[in-house]
Amino acid sequence: MEILQNLQLGFSIALSPWTLMLAVAGCFIGTIVGALPGLGLSNGVAIMIPLTFSLSLDATSSLVLLTSIYYGAMYGGRISSILLNIPGDEPAMMTTLDGYPMAKAGRAADALVISGVASFVGALLATIGLAILAPALSRIAFEFGPSEYFALYLLAFCTLGGVASNNQAKAAFASCLGIGIAMVGLDPNSGTPRLTGGNLHLYDGVDFLVAIVGLFAVSEVFFFIESHGKSGTSNVKLGKVRVPWRDIFEVRWVMLRSSILGFICGVLPGAGASLGSFMIYVTEKGIAGEKGGFGTGVPKGVAAPEAGNNAAAGGALVPMLTLGVPGSGTTAVLLAVLVTLNITPGPMLFVEEKEVVWGLIASLLIANFVLLAMNVPMVKVFVKILEVPPAALMPAVTMISMVGIFSLTGSYFDLILVVAFGVLGYVLRKMDIPTVPVILGILLGRKMEKSLRDAMVLSDGSAWGLIYTRPSDPTNPSMIASGLLIAAVLGFVAPMFLRRILRKPQRVSD
Amino acid sequence: MRISDRIFGAVVILGSFIYVMAARGIAKPFFADPLGPQAFPIGVGIVAAICGLVMVFSPDEEPDWPEMRSFLSIVGSTILLIAYAYALKPMGFLVPTAIASAVISYQITPAPMRAVIYGLGISVGLFVLFKFALGLSLFAFPHDFFG
Repeated sequence: MEILQNLQLGFSIALSPWTLMLAVAGCFIGTIVGALPGLGLSNGVAIMIPLTFSLSLDATSSLVLLTSIYYGAMYGGRISSILLNIPGDEPAMMTTLDGYPMAKAGRAADALVISGVASFVGALLATIGLAILAPALSRIAFEFGPSEYFALYLLAFCTLGGVASNNQAKAAFASCLGIGIAMVGLDPNSGTPRLTGGNLHLYDGVDFLVAIVGLFAVSEVFFFIESHGKSGTSNVKLGKVRVPWRDIFEVRWVMLRSSILGFICGVLPGAGASLGSFMIYVTEKGIAGEKGGFGTGVPKGVAAPEAGNNAAAGGALVPMLTLGVPGSGTTAVLLAVLVTLNITPGPMLFVEEKEVVWGLIASLLIANFVLLAMNVPMVKVFVKILEVPPAALMPAVTMISMVGIFSLTGSYFDLILVVAFGVLGYVLRKMDIPTVPVILGILLGRKMEKSLRDAMVLSDGSAWGLIYTRPSDPTNPSMIASGLLIAAVLGFVAPMFLRRILRKPQRVSD
Repeated sequence: MRISDRIFGAVVILGSFIYVMAARGIAKPFFADPLGPQAFPIGVGIVAAICGLVMVFSPDEEPDWPEMRSFLSIVGSTILLIAYAYALKPMGFLVPTAIASAVISYQITPAPMRAVIYGLGISVGLFVLFKFALGLSLFAFPHDFFG
């Protein structure tokens, strides 16, 4: 019953005209951000942050705006997957496998509607899951001491590469790079400057937003320059949009299964939506078997990854809100917003900032219905927007990012750092080194170090402090910390063996 | 050949070495916690060096690097964006933004007229958006231009 009371509180906030308007605006912007190839999810949310601050929104409003963009982008990603065979963002990768063949067979509109409904089911179930699971998890999180948090951070970094990356050494290096960058600046415990090279600009450390805009937005521009914007023209005609009731009825169990599996993938730190939609596609393909025709353009192949990645997006909010440990690049961006707004995610959030959390959850429920309306009857509007040429879009993205950062910090030094991170991001992506761990490293590195150091203070410098919350009482090890540490090791080692078994399905080419 | 990963791994090892050396040089405070400010960065550096070693000894397939012309375009854009960072304060918003977006647009699709139009459009459009809709304090032109 408590949950209903909380939801009531949430809806009283979310249904105010101003919040409602922000949610609708966020859904609209988000769908565009997701649909346009080259304007990725984290990227889109990141460049919106400076704008959010300059609108001087309060915590609830800016969170509602940004999470609506987040949900909207997850919906929008499928539009270019289906019409252009280019995923609008990474989690929409798997939707190309059946979405594009369907579109080529003249069923583009059907594919868009089925995937839109699947997105709705996935996101709605995940939001309900979030409302149920997050308060429960936050109660467990009260038990967490420094050693548990350290183990949790370690788990997040160890599982980030997962089966989605090709090389564990490279994924681990990316985490180290991020954590290493986070060390730059004044030591939080003692105030000694560390690794600044005497540069006064670096005493505050490297701003997370600077890194994310550089690594995602600017490096993307470099990729477009390299390819001369060749990708991106659609030769698929979109017919009249009707609702294919029979197909939707046929995929009902697929949507349900994929939503649950996707939600679980989202909740696990490090797994995230991309891995989620990948696993779901492979699972559903296995269930359907040879006769299922996955990869040739079947409704199930469109519904499964879309329900899955939207559910994962909702699930990823659970660890971010309850533990302060994001599982993906975008939730990392959202976490950065919260921190900048002086809200510390973690178990206390559910006690002290009830309005923020439940206002957010209620807004997400509303956003889902708005998005369904935008993505099924109004899908043609977004298809039109896909026709914006990259030669106009990418310079605008660059300039918005640069000016956004400039307006936030007012320092040309940060702009130069943005460009430097852009070059770094380009090289890393060329070398097949994932950039999301870098971002998470920069964001969480200091907290990870602090929890380790606090654990060592409690244990008087003994390494047993990692699993004993109270080292004076060695008969009572922390089950949570030891469990998380074991999971971290397994999560790092297992993908090396799993990778041989789970092969990524290849994208169809024309 | 698989040379890229080997070179990159070597750079990582060298970078980690410098990083660890720099971390060892961090001044020790008087009242330090058991771990102190040095240990964690040193540990991170060592793990990174191990990753570098793996890259050197078991490299992946060669990535497809851009051809010379694209490479020069990217270098050019980098220099342009750095110049933009320095120009934004003294030169005002409109002129540097128009130039920078026109050049980037041209490099993505080499159509000069359209690039100029996009450049002007982006510059003016963003100025209106940032200045009037979002209320950022931006200067359209250099300060001493119009007094």
